[in-house]
Amino acid sequence: MTSKEYRTISQIAGPLVFVEKTEPVGYGEIAIVTLPNGEERRGQVLDSSHDVVVIQMFEGTSGIERAAGARFTGETLKMPVSQDMLGRILSGSGEPLDGGPKIVPDDRLDIIGAAINPWARDNPREFIQTGISTIDGMNTLVRGQKLPIFSGSGLPHNDIALQIARQAKVLGKNEEFAVVFGAMGITNEEAQYFMKDFERTGALKRAVVFMNLADDPAIERIITPRLALTTAEYLAYQLGMSVLVILTDITNYCEALRQIGAAREEVPGRRGYPGYMYTDLAMLYERAGRIKGKTGSITQIPILSMPGDDITHPIADLTGYITEGQIVAKRDLHRAGIYPPIDVGSSLSRLMDSGIGKGRTREDHKPVSDQCYAAYAEGRDLRGLVAIVGKDALSDRDRKFLDFADLFERRIVRQGREEDREIETTLDMMWEILATIPENQLTRIDRKWIEKYHPAHKKPVEAT
Amino acid sequence: MANVGEINRVAGPVVTATGISPKMYDVIQVGHEKLLGEVIKIIGNKTVIQVYEDTSGIRPGEPVISTGLPLVAELGPGLLGSVYDGILRPLPDLMAAMGDFIKRGVTAPGLDRKIKYTFTPSVKKGDKVVQGQILGTAPERSIVHKILVPVGMSGTIQEIKGGDFTVIDPIGSIEGQSITMMQKWPVRRGRPVHNKLIPDIPLLTGQRVLDTLFPISKGGTAAIPGGFGTGKTVTQQQLAKWSDADIVVYIGCGERGNEMTEVLSMFPELEDPKTKKPLMDRTVLIANTSNMPVAAREASVYTGMTVAEYYRDMGYDVSLMADSTSRWAEAMREISSRLEEMPGEEGFPAYLSARLSEFYERAGRANTYSGNTGSVSVVGAVSPPGGDLSEPVTQATLRIVRVFWALDSKLRERRHFPAINWLTSYSLYTGTLDTWYRTNVAQDFPELRSWAMEVLQKEAELQEVVQLVGSDALPEEQKLTLEVARMIREIVLQQNAYHAVDTYSPMPRQYTVLKTIKRFADLSKKAVENEVLVDVISNMPLRTRLGKSKFEENVDQELADIGNEMDKAFDALGGK
Repeated sequence: MTSKEYRTISQIAGPLVFVEKTEPVGYGEIAIVTLPNGEERRGQVLDSSHDVVVIQMFEGTSGIERAAGARFTGETLKMPVSQDMLGRILSGSGEPLDGGPKIVPDDRLDIIGAAINPWARDNPREFIQTGISTIDGMNTLVRGQKLPIFSGSGLPHNDIALQIARQAKVLGKNEEFAVVFGAMGITNEEAQYFMKDFERTGALKRAVVFMNLADDPAIERIITPRLALTTAEYLAYQLGMSVLVILTDITNYCEALRQIGAAREEVPGRRGYPGYMYTDLAMLYERAGRIKGKTGSITQIPILSMPGDDITHPIADLTGYITEGQIVAKRDLHRAGIYPPIDVGSSLSRLMDSGIGKGRTREDHKPVSDQCYAAYAEGRDLRGLVAIVGKDALSDRDRKFLDFADLFERRIVRQGREEDREIETTLDMMWEILATIPENQLTRIDRKWIEKYHPAHKKPVEAT
Repeated sequence: MANVGEINRVAGPVVTATGISPKMYDVIQVGHEKLLGEVIKIIGNKTVIQVYEDTSGIRPGEPVISTGLPLVAELGPGLLGSVYDGILRPLPDLMAAMGDFIKRGVTAPGLDRKIKYTFTPSVKKGDKVVQGQILGTAPERSIVHKILVPVGMSGTIQEIKGGDFTVIDPIGSIEGQSITMMQKWPVRRGRPVHNKLIPDIPLLTGQRVLDTLFPISKGGTAAIPGGFGTGKTVTQQQLAKWSDADIVVYIGCGERGNEMTEVLSMFPELEDPKTKKPLMDRTVLIANTSNMPVAAREASVYTGMTVAEYYRDMGYDVSLMADSTSRWAEAMREISSRLEEMPGEEGFPAYLSARLSEFYERAGRANTYSGNTGSVSVVGAVSPPGGDLSEPVTQATLRIVRVFWALDSKLRERRHFPAINWLTSYSLYTGTLDTWYRTNVAQDFPELRSWAMEVLQKEAELQEVVQLVGSDALPEEQKLTLEVARMIREIVLQQNAYHAVDTYSPMPRQYTVLKTIKRFADLSKKAVENEVLVDVISNMPLRTRLGKSKFEENVDQELADIGNEMDKAFDALGGK
């Protein structure tokens, strides 16, 4: 539409540029600011009135002066999408980083993405086998779910994410997931690590990678996940693929949000994060799901490192309120040399129940995992007691539970980085360790499952 | 009074316009696409509008049209079984109009204009009627929909006719004003009642921990706080499914899309345990997920409440669930901050507490103008950030509500469901409800409840000792207290929402279970006095049977059998 260039920039503050006396400009429109040296920067309209238009610059404002010109494109931020994006590595704002050609668009889509009508959504209930026991057995992931990994700095969340990306499959179907990877503010080293792993395992050919590195402008982080999710929606709903979206690190994204909020002189909410952070995060996470009558789906695994391992930090907290559960990595397990250091006690998959059981995983899945949860929780409580009174003071029964907790961590939680466990294997392993506690203590399990699956009944040997 | 003006400024969902002079909370059509918005502030000749839809691409200079009316809900036959967004647009209609994703600029009337309902008048020409009085009935799904005289209207009936009509066909007239089965009501205003009553009848839910220990009354208010993943949503869904209300209004306010889908797909499949008809027949769902426009989220609790009050006015018991009021409060905060209002605590607007009280005060049991008694019970979920109950929304809520069901993540980790903490929860209705329990359940029910609470309290004290010295160091009688408390926890408090039998426990059964445990406890106490070890008691086959009885197909028979065999089983233990 209008390509009139305005030279009326009146104020530049943080990532914001204020332009005065323009023709009417639409809210959310893309603006292009041209520096005197001819360099072009993109931004988006945040506030539009007759007197002044506020532009939020995606690539930062350094180098912009009042003499720069601004023009408005007349449309909101759209991105080119195409099937050929699979196998490509792009920057945080969608430019090729792999030396390949520009994306030839099959379509151009608005990156904000509309909300799925709840009426059009389909229930996520297809089990995704990740090959990781603590997830498959205890916190099952299903197609269309958003299940974040809550981690901390120095924990191997990247390894877990990569392992999931590599091993994830829907049982009974031979189709592999297309992986869309959105990196926000990660270090160059981490980026290299991801790239190497994608290339080594051949995962790159079915992946689209967006990289916003730690030294890229923070503001670009706001659009990176939206580009990733728009691509995912295209692959899922237009091309019918099962898409797995991995976003890392949400904490960096939220820092960027806060930075912009501060620059806009907004009233801050908790710990300085903007009051609309819940809605903002929901606009990302809620783009996971399935739609009735469509074969494709979007499953999201956002990764966030909890500042100070604090699960009540606003970022983790708000995320937990939007996502359908969380996988929590714990430092003490990591210190004890257990990989993946997933703490099942504080982890949860809200959609687990609809994805497990007869015809999905195995009929005894739910009671077995409930029993493991209960026994492990009890065993862990006893550890505290043992620290005070010593193991000898425990009753026989309690000692069995104490040992169970250790066994659980060593046998079920711990597994190799390349170890891909079938769900049957996971469940059988859970039965094996459950057999170490007296049978009458297995209160969560129906008699009939005990008779069918308990090792003592399968084989005529009494487990001790 | 000009009613067309132009946009002056657009900043997200907040649009400022000039050239119109509307009233506060009037509905405004914004821009060429006529997006729906509401006046939230008037400064001189400037009108500040919150828009319910996405405002991307809207420019200064585009027109705004003032409708002169506040946000209203269409009330009439056709509400039940419907699924709406926050401003009462039917989601299936939106899907038909815009596809799988919510786009904007589409209006869809709340009530279907084509379906005909059979209206049977109960008044005749020449009768004098007043507002809220019943004009006649029309069957709507599983209930009888009573057509009421619109509020504010009264006088002599000049004409009234029976037959099949749509909601917009005239069915008669009062004092020259034509009446239809549909009426409109501004959602932000409570519908009037004749007088409010003391809430002395419980709203039974079939959930043991709630009915037995922490009951809510019909017309009462309750809050469920809980960190994420404590089973708040499951508890609310159980309430919707099983509570003995006639009508259920469920507001999914700023919650997860997939969860809403679960509700949307679960409800139509569910059967009402009493009528054997689909539960959806008496349910109205309002779904406004977290990524749908924030202003519509803010409005959704009011639209839901208006629908609930409308059915109350016919004389029905309505239970309204709002999940979650924290998301509603956050919507207020978000809009308030866009208005650059001076914030109160944690960025929430200073009027947060006032708005919450206004909302909860719309609950209650009342004599309505229709001559019937009806009620609206409200269960509001709050989602305290970081599980911190001292945050403003939870605190403001707790000052108003009378029941508090404290969900606890520690219990969740132990897979104790529903994860309602029996030590921190409370119900201020137990006193007023005692008479009802004595007459309708059992004379000794309140005492039985106190006994159970006492045992649980003692257990908590003993647990502290156990933490230090281990349970083996306790004397036998205290070990027994722990064992009895454990029975109460495992048999009464824990309830499996997904188990066909256990999911619903009728009141007589709740009483029998507790009574049986009490008897078991009394006999155990005698046995322990006769030097039987607690370990022996807890390993009794009868104890195991009692523990599993709630999962038996024929649970009532099983409980009776256990009761019959109990004396013999204890005799067999021997002892001194």
